[in-house]
Amino acid sequence: MASIEGGGDGGGHKKGPGVKKAKKLSTTVDMTPMVDLGFLLITFFIFTTTMAQPTAMTLFLPKDVDRPEDQNKVKETGAFTILLAGKDNIFYYEGLDPTQLKSTNFQKIREEIIRKKQSTNPEDLVMIIKPSEDATYKNTVDILDEMTINEIKRYAMVDISPQEFELVKITQAASGN
Amino acid sequence: MPSVKIKKHAPQNDMTPFVDVAFLILSFFMLATKFKPEDPVEIKTPNSVSSAPAPEKDYFTVQIDKEGKAYISLDNPEFSMKMIENVNTGRNLGLTPAEMKVFVNSPSIGVPFNQLKSYLQLDAEAQKKFKSPGIPVEDSTGGEMFFWVRDVLSAYSGRKLNLVVKADNSTKYPAFKNVLNAFKKNDQNKFLLITSPEDAPPGTALYETRQKAQTKKAE
Repeated sequence: MASIEGGGDGGGHKKGPGVKKAKKLSTTVDMTPMVDLGFLLITFFIFTTTMAQPTAMTLFLPKDVDRPEDQNKVKETGAFTILLAGKDNIFYYEGLDPTQLKSTNFQKIREEIIRKKQSTNPEDLVMIIKPSEDATYKNTVDILDEMTINEIKRYAMVDISPQEFELVKITQAASGN
Repeated sequence: MPSVKIKKHAPQNDMTPFVDVAFLILSFFMLATKFKPEDPVEIKTPNSVSSAPAPEKDYFTVQIDKEGKAYISLDNPEFSMKMIENVNTGRNLGLTPAEMKVFVNSPSIGVPFNQLKSYLQLDAEAQKKFKSPGIPVEDSTGGEMFFWVRDVLSAYSGRKLNLVVKADNSTKYPAFKNVLNAFKKNDQNKFLLITSPEDAPPGTALYETRQKAQTKKAE
């Protein structure tokens, strides 16, 4: 185990008697601690920071109007109401008659929206979103997103009426959900 | 002694490239990422196709967790001070300047007015452990959230303030609606909902529009 000291006896120049041998210093530095430190910092940054920049979705809500005559009227042919029920179920009906309820889900609602959009005069088309008490925030955002995806220009978020909520509940119970 | 000498290899190898790589990755992480904001609860935001980035300054955030508890935070300390001063005088809370300072330094607040003073007297460690009951937004009047929103608006008095709502996937809709009501009662009708980015599904109208915009840009 005599290889640590670089110089040794054999290699050095003979400087003559009385001249002290200059000790050769090794030029390589042990980098191991530096690597340790580097990776420690990397792990620190991985754990404390986030990569994904959150995005923001803008939501405009209309002002509450007290007098019913100030409210916008919806044409029957252009109305499409989406009811968000619990357990990710969606019900929808066209026109203004809630008893024409049809059931669907988040995978299939897009087809219905596209169909309605294509078959209706764009000026009349209004989507009415009514989230019920059982709906989650995710459902709400998803359906608002669906409006953006299908480029529906006019949509409104309205509270569900008790009558509609009853209907939704009955239909859900009937279908075993 | 054997006559053939075995050449001894140096026991350490050169670590320099290793260091180079480590620091390269390190600098990448430092530049490409952002620090996680301190949140009182973990909130998993839903995905949306919206591509607008979240505001970086002057935003008043209402966070709603799974159980519907609401927490508020304001990023700008200067206005945060003004807001708590407004709240203090408006609601007669009797907070001392030191307690208001604690408020400004707290990342988010989720206690009702009657517990605010005792909450602010706790030290930072105890505050972390404290189980916040959330700001009451129980009914359609907006509860105490209404006053917070009113006071943050008067602190900003006409300057641009972004109202941000950050809620969890499984937050029930009524909790979200009540917060919106608190904003609406203050005549605020524009909100930002924090979401995680997602691509527009292929074949849809938005997808086509974005494709067109991209090819236009490329030309």
